[in-house]
Amino acid sequence: MTIQDLKTILEAEVIFGDELMDQEIHTACGSDMMSDVLAFVKDQSVLLTGLVNPQVVRTADMMDIRCIVFVRGKRPDNDIIELAQERDIALMSTGLRMFTACGLLWEKGLRG
Amino acid sequence: MENLIKLSYEVDGEDFTRAGEASASVKKSLRKLGVPPDVIRKVAIALYEGEINMVIHAEGGVIDVEISPEHVTMVLRDHGKGIADVEKAMQEGYSTAPDEVRSLGFGAGMGLPNMKKYSDEMTIDSTVGVGTTVSMTVYIQ
Repeated sequence: MTIQDLKTILEAEVIFGDELMDQEIHTACGSDMMSDVLAFVKDQSVLLTGLVNPQVVRTADMMDIRCIVFVRGKRPDNDIIELAQERDIALMSTGLRMFTACGLLWEKGLRG
Repeated sequence: MENLIKLSYEVDGEDFTRAGEASASVKKSLRKLGVPPDVIRKVAIALYEGEINMVIHAEGGVIDVEISPEHVTMVLRDHGKGIADVEKAMQEGYSTAPDEVRSLGFGAGMGLPNMKKYSDEMTIDSTVGVGTTVSMTVYIQ
């Protein structure tokens, strides 16, 4: 699926990355612990998280993650958005909780 | 990439939001040099965890990186409080990080284990009250 599909499935609002919506995503991970993201992911393209700070974007950057979805309606501040812009990482926010968001993506065929 | 490339960074221990800038810069340099992506990722993760550790535990420090055609060597030096029990610190899940660090997404006791996991060689030289030097090497296949 593409980042655009992700947006539709999660009824998410795009905060940054309108021009990145066509990118293909293959796998996802969901975590609030960045060290867990760094420990267990391989070739993930999407990170779902309830954590909102610049280290989320830095972690995504290190892992070559292309899109970050903030769950539970969380929204990043301008510093975080700027960091993502510099790195071409799409940002979106969904009102769904982590479990529901991950479940919906799994149901549509996205795997971890 | 015939010559040895040396990079050096001062890590600011005061500002957690900036932790990771050195790792991002090294990652960019490796990409420009055409280093394979899997090698870049190993270096980036190992160094990023190390950088975070320097900010959480040691009030910053200095990172020296050497890039040769064969390997990337990273040396992280700090003058923090040192690691009392290195063996224990290497166990997954063991952490002495304060709670506020956990609320930032770190301090799960995965830092050193992740550094070990993603580097091909790692040594820790630490003296309590003096500081810690972590050396990591990632081979470029």
